[in-house]
Amino acid sequence: MIEVSGLSKSFKVAKRNPGIISALKSFVHPQFTTIQAIDDLTFNIKQGEIIGYIGPNGAGKSTTIKIMSGILVPDKGNCKILGYTPWKDRVNYVKNIGVVFGQRSQLFWDVPVMDSYNLLKDIYKIPEKMFEENLDLLVSTLDISQLLDTPVRQLSLGQKMRCEIGASLLHNPKILFLDEPTIGLDAVSKIAVRQFIKTINKEKQVTVILTTHDMQDIEALASRIILIGKGKILLDGNLAKLKNQFNSQKVITIDYSESNEVINIPGVKLISQSKERLMLSVDTSIIKISDCINLLSKKYDLLDLSVDSRPIEEIIVSLYREYQI
Amino acid sequence: MIAYYSLFKIRLLHGFQYRTAALAGALTQFFWGFIYIMVYQAFYNSTSTPQPITLHELIEVLWLQQSFLAFFVLWLRDNEIIDHITKGNIAYELCRPINLYSFWYAKLIAQRLSKGLLRFSPILIIAFLLPYPYNLTLPDNLISFILFIITLILGLIILVAISMLMYISIFYTMNGTGSLLIFSLMGEFFSGMNIPVPLMPHLLKTIVYILPFRYCSDLPFRIYAGNIGNKEALISIIIQITWIIILFSIGKLGMKKALKNIIVQGG
Amino acid sequence: MKIYFKYLKILIKKELQYRTSFILLAVGQFFVPFIIFVGIYLLFLRFPNVGGWSLYEVALTYAIIHIAFSISECFGRGFDVFSTNIKSGTFDRILLRPRSTILQVFGTRFEFSRIGRLLQAIIVLIYAIYHLNIDWSIMKTITLMFMIISGIIIFIGIFMIGATFAFWTIEGLEVINIFSDGGRAMAQYPLTIYNKFIRKFFTFVIPLGTVNYLPLMFVLDKVNENKFIYMLTPLLGILFIIPCITIWNHGVKHYKSTGS
Repeated sequence: MIEVSGLSKSFKVAKRNPGIISALKSFVHPQFTTIQAIDDLTFNIKQGEIIGYIGPNGAGKSTTIKIMSGILVPDKGNCKILGYTPWKDRVNYVKNIGVVFGQRSQLFWDVPVMDSYNLLKDIYKIPEKMFEENLDLLVSTLDISQLLDTPVRQLSLGQKMRCEIGASLLHNPKILFLDEPTIGLDAVSKIAVRQFIKTINKEKQVTVILTTHDMQDIEALASRIILIGKGKILLDGNLAKLKNQFNSQKVITIDYSESNEVINIPGVKLISQSKERLMLSVDTSIIKISDCINLLSKKYDLLDLSVDSRPIEEIIVSLYREYQI
Repeated sequence: MIAYYSLFKIRLLHGFQYRTAALAGALTQFFWGFIYIMVYQAFYNSTSTPQPITLHELIEVLWLQQSFLAFFVLWLRDNEIIDHITKGNIAYELCRPINLYSFWYAKLIAQRLSKGLLRFSPILIIAFLLPYPYNLTLPDNLISFILFIITLILGLIILVAISMLMYISIFYTMNGTGSLLIFSLMGEFFSGMNIPVPLMPHLLKTIVYILPFRYCSDLPFRIYAGNIGNKEALISIIIQITWIIILFSIGKLGMKKALKNIIVQGG
Repeated sequence: MKIYFKYLKILIKKELQYRTSFILLAVGQFFVPFIIFVGIYLLFLRFPNVGGWSLYEVALTYAIIHIAFSISECFGRGFDVFSTNIKSGTFDRILLRPRSTILQVFGTRFEFSRIGRLLQAIIVLIYAIYHLNIDWSIMKTITLMFMIISGIIIFIGIFMIGATFAFWTIEGLEVINIFSDGGRAMAQYPLTIYNKFIRKFFTFVIPLGTVNYLPLMFVLDKVNENKFIYMLTPLLGILFIIPCITIWNHGVKHYKSTGS
């Protein structure tokens, strides 16, 4: 349904240096550098997938989303979505997509939400019946019936985001782009938003492409992850695969009665050590967990012990580090 | 003092970034200057009666007005300060160990300086190169030139003090639009932007001489053009200094009172 | 068209919530241009005419240009303040919607406070017509209408060009003021008082001369031959909008390739 191949895009940015001399210099003769925002991206997405599109700031996430939603024309490469090339047939293509930018609003700030919805109905030429049905569904699943008559400026961040998402789905889009939908939200709203995305994906078979910095979003939603750094795809696979690939690392925490023993076991790295507590990272491809525990119990008088997999955040961080991005 | 200086410097640097803006601004001002000149030329051609200011002197004043626009127009405003006041973010500013009046003053004067300094030279250079009578010439003597520089600087100090009153008034009205409107209307009219001060009817001229606005633009520019003699210029400098003292006192007092109100209200 | 009125409705609703600000802005819009007219009036106390035109003739020109300008600013404000749309990313949102970009930009802003400027211009218009001895006919009334309509469309075209600039640079936008504010200031006097270059530029490039000068000759009975042509010149001015739309579309294309 979405076929991206060889997509590249670069930008020119003005260089600026500190200091009065260089300020005057760049005033007279500005200098530019070229930045390769995305570089030869290729991937396919099937209908009904939820894609977690992740990467550090400046990796090229927004550029990709902008190209895929038809706002930006790439330098090179192809992109076929639902049979359209997004930047070529804008008006017909965008009828099929919904886009939510977490930090920008598409609702009119000073008037009730419902006014914005009514305007969208006319902009997208949504038939009355379909509009009513969608509105009913959205209002009940997003729990926004009380919010519709409130001016947007009076809504909390979480309430606003729910209304934003609602606005993007009124016209039955087949693809939903979500750019950091949970940024700045409180825990309750985050869960509500995630729940809703799941529902809409399941019931309406909406394909969702989600960029986020929140790994809980990824864990709760994404069936597949595309990791991008410095404009290139570094990893494309499902969450389980990602976890397994890096799950050779386990963390052992032990509490013990006072001891000054020094440990030196191959495949085991010390994370932290105090008088009564020790945290170790264990590479299970070198040493088995049970063997490690065995060795530890000989050295220390163990009081408590726990074994954890590394949290996904840490996996991502170490991935970033591994690819040096 | 160092804090105010570094703020001043940052703002100045910030202003220097906008190269295209500066060029575009100069071009715009140049165009406006030309339009005004042609209009006045057409008016002057309609009569042979001598006027209180010759056409060439007036043209010089018009070029200087366009060049130093950033030094004396009141509609050039700082939305950040207005937002601070009306949206209550002022609390952050109050947390800093500084005098808010001086802090804002430094910021505003730097803004005008950076804008003005970037823009005046291209317009002046072109104005010097134009054929007579459209051109700008050097003042008749060095003393007038020095007096021009002094009155221009004092004028800028007066103007920023007036604009401070405008911002302070927002504390009381809580509405940026209204204060801005009244101040920029008065500023424009009483500084001779709509009709040059010498061409005003007698009564209006008297009012204009009582108010501070003309001392920011009309005075220095006419000294340069030779329409105001050196003796009158010297007296005017004393008036300028008096205005600076008056405006500073009112401003600081008004600010103090306004901030007290805020603290009483709890921010 | 239906959408346009929807936008209009929403924005009126919004405006109603900020009554004080609205009233103050409208008052400002009344007085800011009005003191310009006061300036013109005061100059006429000293000088008998300007380039052969009397105070009342200038007043008529002034009124027509300000009526056209205020209406175009009210409805074309979306283009006038377009650079803020680029900065805040609102234009991305516009591109995501299945409607023409021009229509949507029109819908982003209306500046109803321009009613103040309109009002002062109408007062000046009445003042001018009261003092001028014009032998009014249907033709002259229609010509006056044409002048205003043409003025509105030319100013909107200028705003569109300015907005297109914003796709390349947000900094250099001030230069468009030469044509919008500058054009307005220039055109409040009949075009003949300016030098040849300005006259030609504002007749053949930005056709404000088809609003404030050529048809005026007909209305004021200053021509005897080819009256019909003078009368119809405002309609030629309207054609100005065509290149403006082309330039705009080109700008959108550029934006889509740089995303600046």
